[in-house]
Formats: sequence, structure tokens, C-alpha cells
Amino acid sequence: MKNPALIFLGAFLVNNIVLMRFLGLCPFFGVSNAVETATGMGMAVIFVMTIASWITWIVYHGILLPFDLVFLRTAVFILTIASLVQLVEMFLKKSYRTLYNALGIYLPLITTNCAILGVTFLAIDNKFNFLNSTIFSIGTGLGFMVVMITFAAIRERLDLAPINPSIKGYPISFIAAGLMALAFLGFSGLFGLT
Amino acid sequence: MKKSQIFTRGLIKENVVLVLMIGLCPALAVSGTVRDAFGMGLAATFVLFFSNIIISIMRKAIPNEVRIPIFILIISTFVTIIDYFMQAFQPSLYRALGVFVPLIVVNCMILGRAEAYASKNSVINSAFDGLGVGLGFTLALTVMGAIREILGNGTFLGMAILGQGFKNAPVIFMILPPGAFLVIGVMKALINKYVKKETQ
Repeated sequence: MKNPALIFLGAFLVNNIVLMRFLGLCPFFGVSNAVETATGMGMAVIFVMTIASWITWIVYHGILLPFDLVFLRTAVFILTIASLVQLVEMFLKKSYRTLYNALGIYLPLITTNCAILGVTFLAIDNKFNFLNSTIFSIGTGLGFMVVMITFAAIRERLDLAPINPSIKGYPISFIAAGLMALAFLGFSGLFGLT
Repeated sequence: MKKSQIFTRGLIKENVVLVLMIGLCPALAVSGTVRDAFGMGLAATFVLFFSNIIISIMRKAIPNEVRIPIFILIISTFVTIIDYFMQAFQPSLYRALGVFVPLIVVNCMILGRAEAYASKNSVINSAFDGLGVGLGFTLALTVMGAIREILGNGTFLGMAILGQGFKNAPVIFMILPPGAFLVIGVMKALINKYVKKETQ
């Protein structure tokens, strides 16, 4: 699979990161109370995911592979991403105040978001080159944001719905997410992607 | 608090997946079969048990300002150990779990116990806490895996138990991703109902 358009579609719809791969579920259930916060979180994820895929690609192919240090991958990637998020936060605070105000509170939450680390691992495991790895992470991030916003809109309605108290909150959210996943299952096989 | 109480608190009363709703990603992703769910649970328990012990031993030496990166480094050491161990001795399980083995490092459950418990309590208590929480995670995953494998494939640990008729036309939906959301939603609803009855 080397066609960039197929990589994008595969990451965006067919193997949707939240509903098909089950990565990034904590923010998916945690910050999807309102459409506005879901949008902010989604944008922060796309932003950090893209930069993280660049940095980890350079670190992996520039340092870990040549020096035969692949066994340090997990430790190096998580520390790289953690410090990257700090740097991005400081940089945005100084230079792009409006962007910082929009994304600021979501950035620290992203450090332990398994979606970011997962995407960097998947890009390495799929042996993507630099360009494909960028396309893959943008597609994944967009898929996260679209699902997040849709789910937040559903939850805003669920809060007002007259439902049994035992399934209010988490249970009905899970069932709603299950129905969304069922809908996304319909995308599998699109353009021969699995 | 008694050692047995520390152990059972993590196992049942504060079960990470079903009560606290932490560590959901691996719980939903690898609970398609009992074998994968149990393997994932044990791998996470191994990491949690040893990271709790090491962090508890070093708790007075770790400076407060940089504690989180140090915790993450300790955790990722054990994740790397279990990663390579499974690759060598359980290659088929390792392939089935895929990217979720290295992702144990960002499981909020492990960093959460390090921050909330192991960095403040004695080594023995932390060891019991790690074992209890880890086995609670394993228990929740195995129950989910059993429900999904029996309904979705008609088997338990690969053995057909619901008869050939069911095996020919199982509820495939259950082993696909949507089934995971449905199973945990229904389980959580039952727990809500049961726990409420208990408190009334």
C-alpha cells in the first residue's frame, strides 16, 4: 500500500483510530461533552500527531536504526512526545496567542494519549516513508476529530433524553459508540482497503 | 489497611476497567478472544507489579519536580522487557496484540497507580496494590473476552462449546469492534443497577 490517497482514506475512514483501532478512547469519552470542546481537542490532536510523526520518524531513522538501538523505541518515543508537547505549548504561548487560547488546555492531556504514540508505532511498523507517514498521521487525526465531533453532538442530545438511570452516562455512551462503530464498519472494503 | 483489603480493593471494589473506567483502549481492543484478553491482562499486571515496587523503593530519592518523566522511564523499561519476552516466547500472541504491547506504557492505570499509590506507600503495600489492580484488569478483560468469544465464535479458548450449529452461524458482530462497545456498555449498566441496589 504505497498510494498516498489510499493511505489517507484508510487512516481516515476504514481503520478509524477510535472506532476501529480503539486508540484514544480516554479523550473520546472524557472530553466529548460538548461540540466546542470536542473540536478543540480534535484540532490539538491533529496538530501534535503530525509534528510527533515527523520527530519520531527522524529519531527512529536517524538515531535508533543506525546505532542499533531499536529496543529503546518505547522509552525514547514517549519521552520525545512528552517533551515535544511541552515545547509546542511554550512556543504557542509566546508566538501564537490565539491558537494557544483555543488549544491550550488540551495540550497537556495529549501527552498520555495513546492515539499519538500508537500512530507513531503504526507508521514505523508499516514501514512508511516520511511523506506517507505525514499523510497517515493527518488522516488519522482528521478521523479522530470527525468521530469526536459527531459523538459530542450525539451526547449533547443523550443528556436530555429520558432514559433509565442505570444506563445513563457511560453505558449509553458506549452503546452509542458501538452503533457508530457499526456504521463505520460499512466502510471496510472501500477501494479494497481492509 | 490490611494487605488482603489492599489486594481486593483493586481486584473488585475499584476495578480499573469496570468501575473506574481507566485503561479502556486495551480493554476494548484485545478482548476479542479469551487468550488475547488474558495475555494482555497478565502483561499489564507484570508491568504494574514491578513498576509499583521499583517506584516505591525509589520514592524518597525521586525529586518531586521531575517525578512524572522518571515514572514513565521506569514503566517503559518493564514494557520493553515484556515486549521482547512475548516476541520471543509467545510470537502468535504477540502478533495478535500488535501495537497494544508497547502501548502499555501509556495505559493511564499504570501511571495512575504510580502517582496515586506507589509514590506514597511502602514497598509491600505497593506490591499488593499493583497485583490487585493488575489482576482486576485481567479479570475484567477475561470476562469481556469470554462473552465476546462465546457469542461471536461459539468457542472458549478455541474449544467449541455451543455446538456445531452455533459455530456455523455465530453472532460475528460480537468479535468485531462494535461488539466491544456493546459488551462493556451492557456490563457497566448491570454494574450500575447492582451497585445501586446494594447502597439503597
